[in-house]
Amino acid sequence: MIKDEEKKHSTPMQQQSMANYLSPLVRGIKPSGIRRFFDLVSTRKDVITLGVGEPDFVTPWHVREAAVYALETGKTQYTSNAGMPELREAICQYLDNEFAVAYNPADEILVTVGGSEAIDLALRALITPGDEILIPEPCYISYSPITALTGGKPVGIETYAKDHFKLKAESLQAVITPRSKILVLSYPSNPTGASMDYEDWLPIAKIVEENDLIVISDEIYAELTYDSKHVSFAAMPGMKDRTILVSGFSKAFAMTGWRMGYACGHPDIIAAMLKIHQFTVMCAPIMGQYAALEALQHGLEEKNRMVEAYNQRRRLVVKGFRDIGLDCHEPQGAFYAFPSIDSTGLTSEQFAQRLLEEANVAAVPGDVFGLGGEGHLRCSYATSVTNLIEAMDRIGNFVHKLKTEG
Amino acid sequence: MNELQLKVLDLLKEDARRDAELIATMLAVSTEEVKQTIAELEQDHVIVKYATVVNWSKIDDQKVTALIEVQITPERGRGFEGIAERIYLYPEVKSVYLMSGAYDLCVEVEGKNLKEVASFVSNKLSPIDAVLSTKTFFILKKYKQDGIIFEEHEGDHRLMVSP
Repeated sequence: MIKDEEKKHSTPMQQQSMANYLSPLVRGIKPSGIRRFFDLVSTRKDVITLGVGEPDFVTPWHVREAAVYALETGKTQYTSNAGMPELREAICQYLDNEFAVAYNPADEILVTVGGSEAIDLALRALITPGDEILIPEPCYISYSPITALTGGKPVGIETYAKDHFKLKAESLQAVITPRSKILVLSYPSNPTGASMDYEDWLPIAKIVEENDLIVISDEIYAELTYDSKHVSFAAMPGMKDRTILVSGFSKAFAMTGWRMGYACGHPDIIAAMLKIHQFTVMCAPIMGQYAALEALQHGLEEKNRMVEAYNQRRRLVVKGFRDIGLDCHEPQGAFYAFPSIDSTGLTSEQFAQRLLEEANVAAVPGDVFGLGGEGHLRCSYATSVTNLIEAMDRIGNFVHKLKTEG
Repeated sequence: MNELQLKVLDLLKEDARRDAELIATMLAVSTEEVKQTIAELEQDHVIVKYATVVNWSKIDDQKVTALIEVQITPERGRGFEGIAERIYLYPEVKSVYLMSGAYDLCVEVEGKNLKEVASFVSNKLSPIDAVLSTKTFFILKKYKQDGIIFEEHEGDHRLMVSP
């Protein structure tokens, strides 16, 4: 297990606080709830963790080998700011083949340091202080803090288990004001596993059009869509120019640590994002770009194999939770189940903490993901079948114990 | 071979102890269907046996294994079948493959020590009339067998909890 190095304070006691020097915007950001839970889990042994937001597969060897070869042949320089032309071309080809969205590799795509950088760049390129940024929740934990850093105002939109956590037009409509500027979409969803199909998108696209919104669509889990094909918001009629499509290699190609992502969109917006990108990081690391290129050129079969494995585990955990007696909607994408723990009478925090202490299973309490997350538990099924079976067994015994305690 | 059969085989190949109910859940089909599929695969000898992959070097470093390249003269009418059978019926022989290229059969032989394997080659294998020549290679270490890595170093390096 990786030690938490940030916890080691080497500073002498008499050192004075520097907090007053910090930017109020930074001070205003709350520490992540995941972080707190991570510290708690790190103190324990023999934990089975369903708390991990990344694939359990190691990057396929041929992809790693491509990066090694890049180093061996002296590929250690900057690349073009937007990313190597052949990688941009490969990404555009891939997006067109897989999701029917056509971008011009010359000026409609930017290779970034993970999807995270792309989200940061998009928000920074677009927000004027005071703009309202609409964020369906529960969702990935970064959108609100980054928005706040730019002086934008994050506005949460609650989604509900009864709708399988899909975004509903009436919920979106209800938060629209004259200051609404950006809608951040993230489907398939971390943490709910919700995914949106063509019919689901239609009324959303209509509201986006009527209110002249820009959409940042984080589709990092697109390939991990089960039972149906992922529908990119950028592929909806009339939406391409208003949408910044953000994705990357982390999830589908098991490449989280490489930090390889990209953004696609209108040339004007990509040019603005590129401006920030070139002054902050110059370019994504070159060996990672070679690895990403290899993944697109020769890694699709391996990718499909991993997606099939996630799908099998998804069925296993959903049935597991239902057998235990916890309500669990069927997640259509990503690698998370988001069961309701309401019936136990505990809050998410209480449940997660006691599950850890009494059953040695780690899962993330739903409330850390924002509105609508309370009463749920995020369980990642990106772990081995053996671990999942053992974890479901432990959770089952724990819930049974809770219920007999009354 | 249909898709269900292939998926069932994949899951059993990973772990032969998986029961029909678990496989049914993972593949979203009924337990009956999985049982039926497995029964058919067994009947057709597609599934030959449920065996355990053992890393013998952990417990018995006395054992030696050799791969032997064997050149043979095929028999009229039967090709390599009869001679292959004569060889694979010996219990010392762990596997036999018919190969393309410079030799005909690849024979894996296991023995308690070098001498035992050498004696098998000189007393049993070479004297067979159809055998023209043999080349014996002793295996020093087994790293991977049937897709299974014996000493996995990669492990799980992920943070216990991450967003």
